[in-house]
Amino acid sequence: MNKLTRAGLGLLMTTAIATAQAEEVRIGMITTLSGGGSHLGVDVRDGFMLAIDQAQRDDIEVLIKDDARRPDLAKTLSNEFLQRDEVDIMTGIIWSNLAMAVVPSVVRQGTFYLSPNAGPSALAGRLCHENYFNVAYQNDNLHGAMGAYMREQGFERPFLMAPNYPAGTDALAGFKHLYEGEVADELYTQLGQTDYAAEIAQIRASDADSLFFFLPGGMGISFMKQWENSGVDMPVFGAAFSFDEIIIKAVGSAAIGAINTSEWAYDLDNEANQAFVEGFRAAYERTPTLYAAQGYDTARLILSALDKAHPDDQDAFREALRQADFASVRGKFRFGPNQHPIQDIFVREVVEGEDGEPTNRLVGLAIEDIQDVYAEQCQM
Amino acid sequence: MSATLLIEQLINGLQLGTMLFLMASGLTLVFGVMGLINLAHGSFYMVGAYVTALATASTGSFLIGLAAGTLAAAVAGGVVELLVIRRLYRRPHLDQVLATFALILIFSEGTRWLFGSSPLWLSPPEWLSGSVALPGGSRYPVYRLMIIAVGVLIAAGLYLLISHTRLGMRIRAGESDREMIGALGIDIQRLYTLVFALGAALAGLAGSLVGALQSVQVGMGEPVLILAFVVIVIGGIGSIKGALLGAVLVGVVDTLGRIFLPALFGHFMSPSEAAGVGTALAAMLIYILMAVILAFKPQGLFAAHD
Repeated sequence: MNKLTRAGLGLLMTTAIATAQAEEVRIGMITTLSGGGSHLGVDVRDGFMLAIDQAQRDDIEVLIKDDARRPDLAKTLSNEFLQRDEVDIMTGIIWSNLAMAVVPSVVRQGTFYLSPNAGPSALAGRLCHENYFNVAYQNDNLHGAMGAYMREQGFERPFLMAPNYPAGTDALAGFKHLYEGEVADELYTQLGQTDYAAEIAQIRASDADSLFFFLPGGMGISFMKQWENSGVDMPVFGAAFSFDEIIIKAVGSAAIGAINTSEWAYDLDNEANQAFVEGFRAAYERTPTLYAAQGYDTARLILSALDKAHPDDQDAFREALRQADFASVRGKFRFGPNQHPIQDIFVREVVEGEDGEPTNRLVGLAIEDIQDVYAEQCQM
Repeated sequence: MSATLLIEQLINGLQLGTMLFLMASGLTLVFGVMGLINLAHGSFYMVGAYVTALATASTGSFLIGLAAGTLAAAVAGGVVELLVIRRLYRRPHLDQVLATFALILIFSEGTRWLFGSSPLWLSPPEWLSGSVALPGGSRYPVYRLMIIAVGVLIAAGLYLLISHTRLGMRIRAGESDREMIGALGIDIQRLYTLVFALGAALAGLAGSLVGALQSVQVGMGEPVLILAFVVIVIGGIGSIKGALLGAVLVGVVDTLGRIFLPALFGHFMSPSEAAGVGTALAAMLIYILMAVILAFKPQGLFAAHD
């Protein structure tokens, strides 16, 4: 883009802002700020608010509520947002079961919903909607990318493990979809389980050459700590959900060496990301997780669309969102036909940081431009 | 399925059982002596784990952390007894359930307010990490063997305390007839505070030990509490011996069920179906065990008040 067009665009944008500012925009955020796994919601909120604060616009009001990971509460809060506060855009939900309880009715009633994390398969396929955008991923993306990566690395008999609930079975299905080979065994654990001695013995007794697991939150912490002292010698792989900065600090040295897939890394080399990581560390005195990055990208996408149209003009605002005209901290970012990202998935390794505590380091690319398999089922 | 795997899983079950015993013995003691249902028992488990994590981080010694965690849970138990529990002895069980449920919320939110919602970092010390060889070529973590040893020591200590000391005699007397021992001039209020603090200390010790194995986080006590209740119902409410047997039974059945049921169904189902059915059934197994035992012995295996 040459200087002249850039200046012209800038001029256009200022006039657009001037008209948009005439009316205030209300954003309702429902996220998990208490109970199990609340650090995910805290990071989404902090990342989101960082971008809003940086934008320094006084026409945006963000209302934040805590769902305590309860679907019924999330549903009540979303009704309040829609009926009493009359929000224009909603966002924030972390868990897929909560998203399923809230999102379909929100978008049907003509409000926009942008997911900063949860990406259940139904909303990417059969139940997709023109007012629903997912700025994070479809749930399978990271698992599928790891399947492809492990295949490419020459592993032949991985052992698969996940909790026995929808996201767990989806995770292993997603992995196998792109792994396309034989697996040593599959094991489903109880959701919320904290003792994995029996499972580790089972893995030891199998003839697997590697382990892939999906155990989000505290489950992953417990598992990795017990794995370290078990004496089983096998490379460990997973999705970023078990290896965010907060989790690996709690796991400690046991996490070192684990390989994980993520659509974002804090040491990803692009301008938007450097500004984000620096800004986040300055504002909150910690390294952001991928949830913070997703919250940040969600806010920046909304801001970019607000520069062009007000949500009251639904068609124009939707079109502006579809263009995804913002510098994502992930580098490349665009929406597929079902308004879910088509994006690169990276590989990270947990290494010992300069302060002696474990941290993630970018290793390479797992898969380029991954798109979910549910897009075909989406009729929009 | 090899014999080695079976042996390893039996030890796993035993280890889970000894940990459950630490939780269940305090719970059953408090119910047996004072007739009090205490849902907040899991909170003392959490207090133990948090204090151990903090004390270990600041002193660098896991043993000091362990002692601090156990002591802190005992103190928390004593304070809670003086402030809240004392008022509940004469109230119906439903009031006790509601009040102690409120305590769970207060402890959880208080902990979150103090330490935030991110989990804390606590690892076993250097000299307890690693694993030792088992007969048959497999290996077993040293730390888990240590938990079994501690559980056995505590069980022996509790037996000696209750059957061979003056305090134990009073506890047994309190179980049978609280009015009478009060009439005999024993300060029953102090006895109750002491028993409650002892129960809390055992829960705190369990939390401290397990904290190094799992994650130290808000709400970590509740899943264990449910298992501990199953244990005391199976063992017979108020019986320490029942708690020990019940804990080992639940530990072994739960561990073996989790692994071998999906494998069993795998013989005549597709792997994913077998995993689904087997895992679901394994989650129900200890409750089925409880139902079967209660069908034959409605008071549990060792009924304290026959």
